[in-house]
Amino acid sequence: MSSEDVERLLIQFQDENGEILGSPFDVPLDITQDKLQLVCNALLQKEEPVPLAFFVQGEMEVVSSLGTCVKALGVETEQVLPVVYQPQALFRVRAVTRCTSTLQGHTEAVISVAFSPTGKYLASGSGDTTVRFWDLTTETPHHTSRGHTHWVLSIAWSPDGKKLASGCKNSQICLWDPVTGAQIGRTLTGHTKWITWLCWEPLHLNPECRYLASSSKDGSIRIWDTVLGRCEKILTGHTQSVTCVKWGGDGLLYTSSQDRTVKVWRAKDGVQCRTLQGHAHWVNTLALSTDHVLRTGAFEPANATVNPQDLTGSLEELKEKALERYNKVRGSAPERLVSGSDDFTLFLWNPAQDKKPLARMTGHSALVNEVLFSPDTRLLASASFDKSVKIWDGRTGKYLMSLRGHVASVYQIAWSADSRLLVSGSSDSTLKVWDIKSGKLNMDLPGHADEVYAVDWSPDGQRVASGGKDKCLRIWRR
Amino acid sequence: DHHERKRKKESREAHERSHKAKKMIGLKAKLYHKQRHAEKIQMKKTIKMHEQRKTKQKNDDKTPEGAVPAYLLDREGQSRAKVLSNMIKQKRKEKAGKWEVPLPKVRAQGETEVLKVIRTGKRQKKAWKRMVTKVCFVGDGFTRKPPKYERFIRPTGLRFKKAHVTHPELKATFCLPILGVKKNPSSPLYTSLGVITKGTVIEVNVSELGLVTQGGKVIWGKYAQVTNNPENDGCINAVLLV
Repeated sequence: MSSEDVERLLIQFQDENGEILGSPFDVPLDITQDKLQLVCNALLQKEEPVPLAFFVQGEMEVVSSLGTCVKALGVETEQVLPVVYQPQALFRVRAVTRCTSTLQGHTEAVISVAFSPTGKYLASGSGDTTVRFWDLTTETPHHTSRGHTHWVLSIAWSPDGKKLASGCKNSQICLWDPVTGAQIGRTLTGHTKWITWLCWEPLHLNPECRYLASSSKDGSIRIWDTVLGRCEKILTGHTQSVTCVKWGGDGLLYTSSQDRTVKVWRAKDGVQCRTLQGHAHWVNTLALSTDHVLRTGAFEPANATVNPQDLTGSLEELKEKALERYNKVRGSAPERLVSGSDDFTLFLWNPAQDKKPLARMTGHSALVNEVLFSPDTRLLASASFDKSVKIWDGRTGKYLMSLRGHVASVYQIAWSADSRLLVSGSSDSTLKVWDIKSGKLNMDLPGHADEVYAVDWSPDGQRVASGGKDKCLRIWRR
Repeated sequence: DHHERKRKKESREAHERSHKAKKMIGLKAKLYHKQRHAEKIQMKKTIKMHEQRKTKQKNDDKTPEGAVPAYLLDREGQSRAKVLSNMIKQKRKEKAGKWEVPLPKVRAQGETEVLKVIRTGKRQKKAWKRMVTKVCFVGDGFTRKPPKYERFIRPTGLRFKKAHVTHPELKATFCLPILGVKKNPSSPLYTSLGVITKGTVIEVNVSELGLVTQGGKVIWGKYAQVTNNPENDGCINAVLLV
């Protein structure tokens, strides 16, 4: 009886950078998201259909049907409507729900936790001056590496997963072999105060994984040659403690400090390129849009197997793969940098080009402790001492949503490899897994007896490891 | 013989020295005793040093307790019991209307100290004018009252526009323009006149610092408390109230 007189609309598919795909299409208003996917995939002419998300006017996502979006926004139906499509990750990471094991062994609080780039090994540094390696298949201790004389403050895996660097409060850096647990080479000394952050050179710049950058409270950054065991360059310029150092994929080094500035350096000759000013208090943390890809190197999370394996292939092959992955994630725009500070705000920068920030993100009511880009660089998450985690748009810095649920300061966060889930650890001793699409709490993971100091999600998406003041390391799985 | 005599002479020295010290009087004695005192102090020090080497030292190599991650190192954590008692204390203070300032008690300054009597009139008998002897702030659009009628004189030499404000956490000092005098603890009269003495709360222009509220608005005025006596130093030093 009712006539099928549905309104039709002209839409034009566009990708995120604004490039047009095909010609304008005439579609009925009640077209659903699945049908849009089919059409777009046909236009893209790829071998396998890619899951896509569609956005109208850059803001509203097409969830059920196009008609609801159009009505909500009040768009004119006479003109051609641009619809932006975003390819989502092919694989899906499942949320972790249970604690599979509590690994005891440390005699003091666990301060830092990190999975190797392939997810095969797990290392943790603690206040009892040891670095422990854990076997993930049996979830038991593997090695205990002794060599430091004070708390192990930061650990970093080399992008090929063959070495682990750890820095301690007595300003020493040691390198460890995860297979045997033995120390590689000499202890690197040179800094005068404790090490705040360690960062390796990306795999696609040097497949041997030779150079390591370390930042310290004494205000200097040192670049070490791990093969020869000596300091190559010393970058001075900051007047107070350097809180974070990141090695970018374009050969630039970014450092943040308590003197309220972020400095950009050229890694080749150690020359300072730029100083980014704007913060009103200590800059605590930095995050690069290509962080996840630089960390995993040549490992592709989509190719992960249940039992993580080591990376195979010659140095050249690894370099090629890493470079390919890096270029894909980076796209045509240069890397973006976000800095979080004690003045409760974050700044989004384009450090390779501009001294001025792209956006200032306000909204937190206490200091920002950690910021992280999602692996697909579209989203940005910030953890703060005001008990909330805020999600912002990774490109423009616009505020998207707040994740509330913790009852005390949120210390650290970690994204899942498909950018759909986020886990946050807080001083109220719980971890919470959040679903980004809905903005709601997915899982609440209590279990720790005291504050949770460090959280990490394995790059293959299977496990989450967390360590805290109660001296236990907990592994969570589905 | 020689060695024997030498040995005996040296052993007698101590006795002779003490005999001399007891017998000496007057200025000579004073000087001698002073010198001897210094010598004895040195001797005691060296003996103590030697003794320390013999005794065992406490092992300082043990790593201290309370390991924290790098992002918590420069911050003071508050113990949980403290947090609760602080909350109660703050509620009580808010009820009583007392506010936390770095200098809670300041010496109250009387009128004779702050205001000087200026005599006027043909026979210099009239004494109704007063001149402010402390540093003051008058503001941008200030114009004096007609000189015949103004009761309070604020000399231009004592007028200041800028203050050196220290941020208590950053430990950095900035030279910021003053916006106004909020409260002078000695008297509301001084507040209205704009007199700045130690302990006065002033409002300063902090747009230089780049502070931002939660909503994204730029903060351009904040309170600071004066920590020195500006009339003695020639400058106003203040600490920012965060």
